[in-house]
Amino acid sequence: MIDIRSVSHALHGQTILSDISVQLPKGKVTALVGPNGAGKSTLLSLIARLQPLQKGTIEVDGLDVTQTPSKQLAKTLAILTQSNQLASRLTVADLVAFGRFPHHQGRPTVEDNKLVDEAIESLELTSIRHRFIDEISGGQRQKAFVAMAYAQDTDYLLLDEPLNNLDMKSARTLMQRLGSLSAQSSKTIVVVLHEINYAALYADWIVGLKDGRLVANGETKYFLTNETIEQVFDMQADIHDVGEHRFVMHYR
Amino acid sequence: MVERRLIYALLLFVVCAVAFLTVNARGNWEFVLWFRGTKLLGISLVAIAIAVSTVLFQTLTKNRILTPSLMGFDALYALLQTALVFFLGGLGFAQLAPQVSFFTSFFFMMLASLALFGTLLGQSQQARGEDMHRLLLTGIIFGVLFRSVTSFFQRLIDPNDFVVAATSSMASFNSINGDLLLVSSVIMALGLIAAWYLRFDLDVLALGRDAAINLGINYKQRVYVTLVIIASLVSVSTALVGPVAFFGLLVSNLTYHLFPTHRHAILLPAASLLSACVLIGGQTILEQLLNFSTPLSVIVEFLGGVTFLLLILKGRSR
Ligand SMILES: Nc1ncnc2c1ncn2[C@@H]1O[C@H](COP(=O)(O)OP(=O)(O)O)[C@@H](O)[C@H]1O
Ligand SMILES: [Mg+2]
Repeated sequence: MIDIRSVSHALHGQTILSDISVQLPKGKVTALVGPNGAGKSTLLSLIARLQPLQKGTIEVDGLDVTQTPSKQLAKTLAILTQSNQLASRLTVADLVAFGRFPHHQGRPTVEDNKLVDEAIESLELTSIRHRFIDEISGGQRQKAFVAMAYAQDTDYLLLDEPLNNLDMKSARTLMQRLGSLSAQSSKTIVVVLHEINYAALYADWIVGLKDGRLVANGETKYFLTNETIEQVFDMQADIHDVGEHRFVMHYR
Repeated sequence: MVERRLIYALLLFVVCAVAFLTVNARGNWEFVLWFRGTKLLGISLVAIAIAVSTVLFQTLTKNRILTPSLMGFDALYALLQTALVFFLGGLGFAQLAPQVSFFTSFFFMMLASLALFGTLLGQSQQARGEDMHRLLLTGIIFGVLFRSVTSFFQRLIDPNDFVVAATSSMASFNSINGDLLLVSSVIMALGLIAAWYLRFDLDVLALGRDAAINLGINYKQRVYVTLVIIASLVSVSTALVGPVAFFGLLVSNLTYHLFPTHRHAILLPAASLLSACVLIGGQTILEQLLNFSTPLSVIVEFLGGVTFLLLILKGRSR
């Protein structure tokens, strides 16, 4: 479980998160949704100790993120951030291999290499594994970074807009993969999504942020109502039930 | 593949070193070898210090164009020398014991770099991603400040003394002081051991702050340690031979080109060997074969400057 208690955050005197308390269930896929600037990335970066926590506490699997050694957290939790720039000229395989660093500290074993290959295959990057990161498309890059987080093989996986730049098929494949990771390997996955219907189909739980506040939080089918959508996104959309799933008709 | 190239670089280094020691050697062999050996050691130390400090600096700043001299080190050195001439007079400066001059430079250089780190670490609560930029800006501003103060001092001292100041603020690979070799060897060895110990972490630091933290690196502490290593290496090399603005850039980019890898376990020794080959080989060719009077530093800086321009024009600053 990721236990967030009374977390507030401000930068340059501007409030970014105010008094967020929420528990993200263990072994499930949680979608984090909300308009641009709602504070989703900030919340994820606080969970992943990328920024110092100003107020409140965050525990991941019982580990306080401000107290636990970074090395230990790196084996518990992996994050894919929203923007990724590299200095070194790396191939796809080099980048993905870095995901294993917390486990071997620079001296990879056969097992590590096997897991890297597995991550590369599962994101369908095998054909471009020796290409340089700065010479492939945005979507391919995004997949390479996802593969790196995947190779880290942690119980908790935080993904900030992983579907950015992905084509339809890749997006669907990735969401299916995340679903099976939580269902079969009982990984806890938190994923920032803009397409609410991916959340509708693949998330067990949805958390809605707006203006740095928690405005809605609940199991997927309870989250997807006209009222909640309006509350979180300030827009109206029809809700349709197709089979056992709910869809939000937000295109028009 | 890159490992094999490392062996070639090592062989090239040995060839350069042997040539440096023996070409045109006449007379008392014992004396020649001792004399040239000391010089060889000095040049190698400086070459390695410049190479390693530049690669480390570029890894931290995620950049392939900036060098430690951008942090204002060469400018500070010129200022220190000019200030010494100003306060002691040209004659007094010339009479100064080399150790005194060395430790004055070294001490102030360390102090200045720690001041820079202070600004880096003092703003830990700020929004992320700003640390390095603030450091660079501080460095640039210090550089400009040091240069202005230097030229101010130069206006105040008399023209004869000015000549003394001007020559000693330019790099010279030919007049390394043998008395300083022992102490600078020790300082440099410590820095190099620390850099080697950090080689895997450096690979991760090059991915950037967020990725490094995600992979369990204690980012702030590692950056601090790396900056201290850079500061001591640059201080020693600058104090030994003077400011070398573009040579580090030439060597680091030559290394990235010939050794296309992100692994510092390769990059650090490769840059060191290439750097030593250029300086030792260059010095041998200029001094013994061509009987050139142009100092090596001038040629090396010219090549480095051309590299700098090419890199900017090609837009490959990363
Ligand atoms: N480095 C920063 N400095 C100042 N304000 C920031 C910074 N990063 C984000 N913000 C502000 O914090 C708010 C939340 O940002 P973010 O967490 O990135 O939102 P989201 O990911 O939900 O789009 C925004 O209003 C943004 O302007
Ligand atoms: Mg965001």
